[in-house]
Amino acid sequence: MLEIAGVTFRSRLMVGTGKYRNNQEMVEAIAASGAEVVTVAVRRVNLDRNAEEGILHHLDPKHYFLLSNTAGCYSADEAIRYARLGREAGFNDFVKLEVIGDQATLLPDTAGLLEATKVLAKEGFKVLAYTNDDLITALRLEEAGAVAVMPLASPIGSGLGLLNPYFIRTIKTRLSVPVIVDAGVGTASDACLVMEQGVDGILMNTALAEATDPVGMSHAMRLATEAGRAAYLAGRMPRREVAIPSSPTSGMLD
Amino acid sequence: MELVINGDRRDILKSTTVEELLAELGLDARAVVVEHNRVIIRRPSLASTRLAEGDQVEIVHFVGGG
Repeated sequence: MLEIAGVTFRSRLMVGTGKYRNNQEMVEAIAASGAEVVTVAVRRVNLDRNAEEGILHHLDPKHYFLLSNTAGCYSADEAIRYARLGREAGFNDFVKLEVIGDQATLLPDTAGLLEATKVLAKEGFKVLAYTNDDLITALRLEEAGAVAVMPLASPIGSGLGLLNPYFIRTIKTRLSVPVIVDAGVGTASDACLVMEQGVDGILMNTALAEATDPVGMSHAMRLATEAGRAAYLAGRMPRREVAIPSSPTSGMLD
Repeated sequence: MELVINGDRRDILKSTTVEELLAELGLDARAVVVEHNRVIIRRPSLASTRLAEGDQVEIVHFVGGG
């Protein structure tokens, strides 16, 4: 069981709800993933169309834990404003805090992220901070009151997989709060490798939404997340630069 | 009365409160969050929050995101 700020979750896989080809596919994919936590974004209601575009028409908030994000925010002030709006929707006081620093890479503005984390934690928010794979920033976020730190595997939507297993492992080793790797995985082996680092969970969106078969990929990611976690707990054998036979070397025929 | 709603100027015909505005726009107050002149209006206060010419109103909800 994954526990964040006193709330327990049955799945270590969290999923986004963006970029699906249609809502039906999204609903089926999320069900196949087994995820309980789903991220959502705060945006203006389109007043010239009907209200059916809202995500709550498709996902039952009694069945899923809605994690409001601050995606698209480029300053601490903007992220704080979006976080407050998301909380006002009335589901919980968790926020996936993003303060983006660069449009090309969508890498986080860690100074803004720290500032926003401090403000929101004081306001009682449970901040899950999306950050890069830098240990010092992760430690500062924990000190600032983040209830979970979410380092990236690689840039958002890139599908490049886990670029720096060592840094992710180091962050996990040094932090007390849960570490959830967020962004960058492309396929099941990426998710498995992430979970094998010992982190508490993983969050993904594009790898599912842009798969040829999102439902099939969601199923694969569910298995990969569980497999990676199980392998981590089982403890892998040491790496060796030499071969060691698996069959007995004695009892061979003359 | 002209308001700026979600960034666009709109003529509002009969609403005098935020609650009435949501109804006039055909929106379910339980499904949206409203900011009035940069202040979030909690649901119990929607009916008592009065609108004035030129007010800035943001009406948001949850959409798909990662």
